[in-house]
Amino acid sequence: MEKHKVATQKIVVVGNGMVGHHYVDQLLQQNLNVEITVIGAEPRPAYDRVHLSEFFAGKKPEELALTTREFYHDNGVKAHFGDAVKQILREEKAVVTASGRRFDYDKLVLATGSYPFVPPIPGSSHDLCLTYRTIDDLGAIKHAAEGASVGVVVGGGLLGLECANAIKNLGLEAHVVEFAPGLMGVQLDEGGSKMLRRKIEALGVYIHTSTGTREIVAGDACKLRMNFGDDKHLETDMIVFSAGIRPYDQLARDCGLDVGERGGVVVDYHCRTTDSDIFAIGECASYGNFIYGLVAPGYRMAEVAVSQLTDTKSVFKGADMSTKLKLLGVDVGSIGDSHGRQEGSISYVFSDEREEIYKRINISADGKTLLGAVLVGDCDDYDTLLQYFLNGIELPASPESLILPSVAGGAPKLGPAALPLAATICSCHNVSKGSIVDAIDAGCCSLGDIKSSTKASTGCGGCSALLKSVVDYELEARGVSVDKSICEHFPYTRQEIFHLCKVNQIRTFDELLEKHGSGKGCEICKPAAASILASLWNDYVLKDKHAGLQDTNDRFLANMQKDGTYSVVPRIPGGEITPDKLIVLGQVGKKYGLYTKITGGQRVDLFGAHMSDLPAIWKELVDAGFETGHAYGKALRTVKSCVGSTWCRYGVQDSVTMAIYIENRYKGLRSPHKLKSAVSGCTRECAEAQSKDFGVIATENGWNLYLCGNGGMKPRHADLFATDIDDETLIKYIDRFLMFYVRTADRLQRTSVWLENLEGGLDYLREVIVDDKLGLCAELEEQMNAVVGTYQCEWKTTIDDPEKLKRFRQFVNAPEAKDSNVIFVEERGQLRPAKDEERLDIIAKSA
Amino acid sequence: MKVLKANQWQPLCAISDLVENAGICALVDGEQVAIFYLPAEIPRVYAIGNHDPIGKANVLSRGIVGDIKGELVVASPLYKQHFSLLTGKCLEDDSASVPVYEVVLDGDKVLIEV
Repeated sequence: MEKHKVATQKIVVVGNGMVGHHYVDQLLQQNLNVEITVIGAEPRPAYDRVHLSEFFAGKKPEELALTTREFYHDNGVKAHFGDAVKQILREEKAVVTASGRRFDYDKLVLATGSYPFVPPIPGSSHDLCLTYRTIDDLGAIKHAAEGASVGVVVGGGLLGLECANAIKNLGLEAHVVEFAPGLMGVQLDEGGSKMLRRKIEALGVYIHTSTGTREIVAGDACKLRMNFGDDKHLETDMIVFSAGIRPYDQLARDCGLDVGERGGVVVDYHCRTTDSDIFAIGECASYGNFIYGLVAPGYRMAEVAVSQLTDTKSVFKGADMSTKLKLLGVDVGSIGDSHGRQEGSISYVFSDEREEIYKRINISADGKTLLGAVLVGDCDDYDTLLQYFLNGIELPASPESLILPSVAGGAPKLGPAALPLAATICSCHNVSKGSIVDAIDAGCCSLGDIKSSTKASTGCGGCSALLKSVVDYELEARGVSVDKSICEHFPYTRQEIFHLCKVNQIRTFDELLEKHGSGKGCEICKPAAASILASLWNDYVLKDKHAGLQDTNDRFLANMQKDGTYSVVPRIPGGEITPDKLIVLGQVGKKYGLYTKITGGQRVDLFGAHMSDLPAIWKELVDAGFETGHAYGKALRTVKSCVGSTWCRYGVQDSVTMAIYIENRYKGLRSPHKLKSAVSGCTRECAEAQSKDFGVIATENGWNLYLCGNGGMKPRHADLFATDIDDETLIKYIDRFLMFYVRTADRLQRTSVWLENLEGGLDYLREVIVDDKLGLCAELEEQMNAVVGTYQCEWKTTIDDPEKLKRFRQFVNAPEAKDSNVIFVEERGQLRPAKDEERLDIIAKSA
Repeated sequence: MKVLKANQWQPLCAISDLVENAGICALVDGEQVAIFYLPAEIPRVYAIGNHDPIGKANVLSRGIVGDIKGELVVASPLYKQHFSLLTGKCLEDDSASVPVYEVVLDGDKVLIEV
């Protein structure tokens, strides 16, 4: 019996950019009875044009690829690259390519994208006049930059500035020439544009606005010379045009399809052109006389066009053009009506010229809805503002609180609970809060699951923090508990273990394991327990019962380096040191062959010490009056200071004395992670106290205390906690703060992350520490006093105990031998570990 | 015919030279050997090579000992990979392992097979 056969529809997609590929991808997911043919003019399959500039940072074309020939082949898609379609034969329903190949279609999809507009300036067809659009363009820019010294970008829009950055990174003097009076005129208002200019100029990029190019001729010092309208000129070795895009609509024009006033194939809300069998999507399409030059609306159009082949047809009704990006490292955000052009629009502007931050919001006359916003220099408020804008959420009574800095008591961010289900979380893949909730109800129970099932946050990634908060909130609301056990040996968090030890007076790891754990422990729970026991009872860390719990750094009271040798950091409180002590450091370094370096915390680090030399080195240091610096421990490290009122013309308090006092008070305190501090003698903040776990800045009337700052991988400015407090109050607050952190933080959780996870945040912390809401302050102070009162220099205790010194022997059965694997070479007058190839060389020579 | 070779035991140190629930290092015929003393286990002493093949330094004796799902291990102090005290295998990387040595306690002496 012959099977009834449904005719297969032939779909031909012209263009294989991001949007063209998205169309194919979406179509494949529908499992329709179609035969798909893709024809791309570029020699390679679709790639990520949004992250194109990463090509200059060393990314290879294949790393930017969004798909492969194999993917198309495996999914039955016929793909032809490097052959542009030259003609559409509407009568015959076929297209013809440059090479003369002909493809019949039932439905045709135009995704031809756009090309960079090159103004018709005499000389602009010169070989060194380039564009910035494709991987091949970037290759040409890279090539032109070789041996060049100056590069100019014509166009101060988003792509132009990105290109200027690339040129600067290629080592050229970069200029931007813009015809309009300001940069990024589409997205930014005048104030934002000015701030952006100021920041970009500070980065060494030259900006010329209100400047039109009359002609391009041969140059004297450089290869080219641009003559401007106002008789000024500029010499350069290359010019990149990035003065806007123009849709590739010639194919449509030639076959009589309607095109928009500003170009682009006219489409309706089904993305259909004036020929009902031809669709146009992405930057080649004109909807409502507007070209959508962003990837997210292009993806939306692709999805809408695909849906026309199915039972569930969707429509395209324009798209939000809000955008957040980093240009030359500067955060820039633009939402909705950024210029405040709507009638009756009221604006609030915040401008901080010192920090170079500009923020503006435009709101409706009744004060209820957000119409638009501009952010330059700080985009932290972007996500919140965008949610207000997209979802028409009613603004708070004082809308200005949305953009004021948090020190002035900024409004709380919109939490995940406040967002309506329709709120868009990921605009790249159009994922709403509702679809995330659906995915969770369908069984997703982790961030990773949600990402792979909804694709949320897999585009530009800008929504990752928002997505996480929504997922966490929804999971928690469903009672899904995230396993916070510290490791396989204890079903508890660090905070719970701390509590168990304290309440049950547990003093050893064995006792803790026996009563509350299982197995034999590991490198995660042992050091955590050691830290908790030290915070509670402050025993000598190398006591027999504790020694095996310590990380190697704590066990040998020094920092292990890559070759197994150690570095030694004596404490230098407040960074103050006498010449005699400096001489001792020099003598010890010389005697034991140590590499010496000044640390960021105003101390001296001595590297390359053999384990067996540590006791002798410390004997000399202790004899000279040094104490251990705890650089090896999760403990207080340094309290940095400036010279303050003692020497400085501007100092208002004695910052050095305060720093020394603080350092001596908290030295030896074991904590969930390392602790750093600083004291500045005036508001100029030379000690950088705002980047520390706790920082102190002098005022005319006393001290300002800042908490929970951090440098490192994820820098965070400390929050202003208390102002104009006296010495006694300052110490009281720090005592309480540190002990509260030590008690409640997770293992290896710095104060910054701890605060971010503390429900109620800074306000809650103030209630605990200042208002004593939990009635805990006396206990916290008492506990701190106990730790301070039982301080001992671990190195002094160690060198006085011959039994403990035995543990520093390199070999138990060969006391004199050293590790032969440790090989040094000389560099800049000091020793450093040999690299692998040097090591082989040295071993070969000595053999 | 199979020739049975008698074990050759070389004395290394006294039990009092070991550190409870931790390791020390010994030099055996030019090779560095990490010896771990776990008083609550049977046997009480374990020996593996001291060289960490991943961190490429002689440091394993200075790692923390414990268990991963019941298997006795030491965690490298450099990059924290676990090496089995019984087999020398790295739990995180099949291609990495360290040699294992026979050690015994004889009265208060620690002996190693050579």
